[in-house]
Amino acid sequence: MQKLGEHIKKQFPIFSRRINGHPLVYLDNASTSQKPRAVIDALSTYYKTMNANIHRGIHTLSEEATDRYEQTRTRVARFLNAASPTEIIFTRGCTESINLVAATWAAAAIRRDDKIIVSALEHHANLVPWQELARKKRARLDIIPLTAELTLDEKRFHTLLSRKTKLVCLTSQSNVLGTVPPLRRMIKAAHTVGARVLVDAAQSVGHSRTNVHALDCDFLAFSSHKMLGPTGVGVLYAKKEILEMMPPYQYGGDMVESVAQRRSTYRPAPWKFEAGTPNIADVIAFASAIDFLEAIGFDAIQQHDADLLSYARSVFANYHRVQLFVPEGESSSVLSFTVEGVHPHDVATVFDVQAIAIRSGLHCAEPLVRLLGVEATARMSFYLYNTRSDIDRAARALEKVFKVFSLTLPRSGIQPLA
Amino acid sequence: MDLYSETILDHYRYPRHRGSLLRPSARVVQHNPLCGDVIKLDIAVRDSKVVDTRFLGAGCAISQAATSLLLDSIQGKNIRSLERLTRQNVIDLLGISVSKAREQCAQLGLTALQKAITMLKQKRKR
Repeated sequence: MQKLGEHIKKQFPIFSRRINGHPLVYLDNASTSQKPRAVIDALSTYYKTMNANIHRGIHTLSEEATDRYEQTRTRVARFLNAASPTEIIFTRGCTESINLVAATWAAAAIRRDDKIIVSALEHHANLVPWQELARKKRARLDIIPLTAELTLDEKRFHTLLSRKTKLVCLTSQSNVLGTVPPLRRMIKAAHTVGARVLVDAAQSVGHSRTNVHALDCDFLAFSSHKMLGPTGVGVLYAKKEILEMMPPYQYGGDMVESVAQRRSTYRPAPWKFEAGTPNIADVIAFASAIDFLEAIGFDAIQQHDADLLSYARSVFANYHRVQLFVPEGESSSVLSFTVEGVHPHDVATVFDVQAIAIRSGLHCAEPLVRLLGVEATARMSFYLYNTRSDIDRAARALEKVFKVFSLTLPRSGIQPLA
Repeated sequence: MDLYSETILDHYRYPRHRGSLLRPSARVVQHNPLCGDVIKLDIAVRDSKVVDTRFLGAGCAISQAATSLLLDSIQGKNIRSLERLTRQNVIDLLGISVSKAREQCAQLGLTALQKAITMLKQKRKR
């Protein structure tokens, strides 16, 4: 096992960067991760030595690029423990993967008065497409609420399930709270009423082992950029029997079998879902990100995440003006917090002056943040290159926040509208 | 920490013109979808002059202080002169340079005010 934290930082060129005179502390990994040299090199090697369009050229470069592109598909299938590489579709990102399901399978399968269930933990990408689809189809959208402990209300989920339920959409880890729903149990329950289940794995896929066979989910979506890979690459896994029934997503070159003036036939899955020239370079470099993560191993990554989260909780819990939003006993990699009397944007600005990158605001999960009863939150999210001393630096920045805002509470700083 | 000058922190803690008007000539609720900041702005105009203006809001120090400073600066002004207010005027009032990311916070109050002026002009046409 490679040692994580400080040791591995050296493999990420961005950490030689200084911001406002301080070395960078990057705690915004739930937004996107930094990239190791191996991934950056793979990207530039592709452009320097192999650049060509795929699936259509006879020449050497095209064959090499096609091989590497398709090898990545095989690599992803193995990484997810999918039955076959043909169950893997490349998209632009997790959001497009989810929209692809909404525009193809769900648009055909969901009818008036059917039910779609989503959880209260979803971020916008796994909520808004379903709101739109439900509206268009006059289907019903039900939400699994949160318990007071910030976990999903499983009891309520069971009462929401019925024969009318066609689709259940669940995150594998909340990007605001870190809550991890009991996916296996929930998927099993959904299947007993004949519903399909889509898992948004964007937050967990770079942090813990994803096994689609064991999960038995019908769809799983994520993007490369939160797991050390390049931006602009998403993955949609779908069970083979579903993919075969799904109509194509977009139409054009590369997804066709034969084209006549007035009619065309389409290639089988997954290629019928990949119209036009795909993001070849980034897909190929994505394979290096998977190699990098697997060389370290998810046991080590999870252990490291758990250590950082529990350390951050214990450090930040010392400040009585700080409220933490995290379920008890959950070991994820995100920690949302608020500072009494100071808006999260102001917290993030003070942190940034100290070269500490955190996220503030609604985290693309507005309904969830509203449920917490706050205007917004600040969020630290960790990954394998973070260290306990990063968290110490964050704590010093927090003290700076107290100092700037003179510890006194604004008389009328944060107030609800009258 | 230049961003959080004494003036800004003072207007954040003790915002001027806080509240709402019973019979405003125009009322605008303006959200910043990026961060959830919100401002409700009331303006009362008589003979084309601003006679009173109030706001209620929730948000960061920059958005709340900028609105407080902005409303402070427009009391008694002719509303035609307010049409000429620019984003730079708000930055000058704040007395600091803000990053691109915080620019939207700084301009929330101005956006609300500009909407209110448009409403007043439309009212007058009718």
